[in-house]
Amino acid sequence: MDENIMETLLEILSDLHPDVDFETCDTLIDDKILDSFDIVSLISEINNEWDVTVPADKIDPQYFNSAEALCGLIEELLED
Amino acid sequence: MLFTSYEFMIFVLVTAVLYYLVPKRFQWCLLLAADYVFYAIAGAAYLPFILITTISAYLAGMKLRSMKRRQEQYLAEHKAQMNREEKKAYKAVEKKKQWRWLLLTLLLNLGILAVLKYTNFTIANINSLLHTFGSGGRISPVDFVLPLGISFYTFQTLGYIIDVYRGKYEAETHFFKFALFVSFFPQLVQGPISRFDALSKSLFAEHRFDAVTVSRGLQRILWGYFKKMVIADRMLVAVNALIQNPDTYQGAYVFAGMLFYALELYADFTGGIDITIGIAEMLGIRVAENFHRPYFSKNIKEYWNRWHITMGTWFTDYIFYPISVCQPMLNLSKFSRKHLGDALGKRVPVYLSSFVVWFTTGIWHGASWNFIVWGLGNFVVIMISQELEPLYRRFHGRFPQAKEKWGFRAFQVLRTVLLMSSLRMFDCYRDVPLTFRMFGTMFTRWNWGEMFRGGLMGLGLAGKDYFILLAGLVILIVVSLLQRTGGVRERIAAKPVWIRTFVWYGLFLAVLLFGAYGVGYDASQFIYNQF
Repeated sequence: MDENIMETLLEILSDLHPDVDFETCDTLIDDKILDSFDIVSLISEINNEWDVTVPADKIDPQYFNSAEALCGLIEELLED
Repeated sequence: MLFTSYEFMIFVLVTAVLYYLVPKRFQWCLLLAADYVFYAIAGAAYLPFILITTISAYLAGMKLRSMKRRQEQYLAEHKAQMNREEKKAYKAVEKKKQWRWLLLTLLLNLGILAVLKYTNFTIANINSLLHTFGSGGRISPVDFVLPLGISFYTFQTLGYIIDVYRGKYEAETHFFKFALFVSFFPQLVQGPISRFDALSKSLFAEHRFDAVTVSRGLQRILWGYFKKMVIADRMLVAVNALIQNPDTYQGAYVFAGMLFYALELYADFTGGIDITIGIAEMLGIRVAENFHRPYFSKNIKEYWNRWHITMGTWFTDYIFYPISVCQPMLNLSKFSRKHLGDALGKRVPVYLSSFVVWFTTGIWHGASWNFIVWGLGNFVVIMISQELEPLYRRFHGRFPQAKEKWGFRAFQVLRTVLLMSSLRMFDCYRDVPLTFRMFGTMFTRWNWGEMFRGGLMGLGLAGKDYFILLAGLVILIVVSLLQRTGGVRERIAAKPVWIRTFVWYGLFLAVLLFGAYGVGYDASQFIYNQF
């Protein structure tokens, strides 16, 4: 996992929900911590930061349930 | 065939008996036959439309399946010869071809829905414009059939084909099994809008007769009938009296009507869904839950995550996300951030997509302006609540214990109930100016005394009816409160036999004795059938 991406991603997530521990939480979607508005804001931030587009079909709990999974998705999109 | 009719109950009974009598490998065939008998009884003229949807989505699914397989095969065979850029370019070309098939299926099915459901609405608006501009011309409305449950089965089928296009799962290859997915009769009338990957497994599976499963299904059906026939259909009498006489019933009556309609709609829709899920459960089939105690929500956004859940997630997955994250919208986001600042700029795409979703949600509910205004009303309330979020955060930062206080929770629930009930007035009065006028009278006519001094008795309901409604409401609230800590049926099942007998026979007798039958009542259509 790219630590620089992870660090920036954690900053973005903390801006959305300062009260959540994104380093350990792996139920962001399952526990409804991130809602649809948060997800769209997050995708917009990701696009702004890394210039990658998260397609709608990747909006799935497997990619959005934890910061780690999301970081993996960004890396995958950067490679594409 | 209404869910509340004897014909329907006999139909379900016969289907269930045959389902467990036929060899298990033919159970799904029996269900498919039952679906088409049910649909043909509802209206033989509807059959071609559901068949077109079934055939078109099946063929498109098969085409997408073969294209995806060919793509995988090609990439596997040419892995060594192709570099990353070539692979990317190949995938893009293939995706475009697949997109054309998806688009064709969407256009065909949404086209059918649009023509059948919205032509007369469009004509009425054109006529209104012609009248406004002084033209004497007038277009005559068209007498189209509106197939039962068309909005539900169209959306369910389109969800399937989009998922296949996205590669979420492979297309179903068996045409008749696919036809069963599209037409599964208990959910054909008013949903839930199921996802193929969630429903198909238990729908196509073989099920052995199990007394516990069947009795659990029957219990859920009974609960649904209680809500529909004891509460909703009784409440309907008073609601009709109020909305059909807007010049007589104003002020306090409007407030009462607003709450009456909220209760009627809740009992009607959730009761219908309980019957649907109960029938499926009786057959060993798992259908998605559609409600999660919505009136206990803290705010409107949460309410919409808990009311008609399968519709909400459908709109989120297939409309809200694709619009929000498409390239033009991301470009707009960058542009608005640059010109409006980070905080406001990043909200522009979210709000724009939400506007589209709520407009669509409104018009999906009905081809009239009252539904569109209702949808946009929800949009406005959610956006205001979103904008006030920093204020709420500051409040909770200053009073961290407030969230845990009973009084504050009650305030949040009451706020949700009142806001949602107010917006539902558009649905209730079916006329936008009239709704605004009636809403205004709540503040200009102070006739609470008159209403409580016998006025309520003039709405077609007697004192005992209000008592039954009150008892029904208390039971609904108690059951909802119990559900917070686990299933109610499981708890009852763990009780001694005399308690179980008392509860279930009591509920059965309540439906039998207090169900809204006979003179003055009409075993009415479910409200959501019309959508």
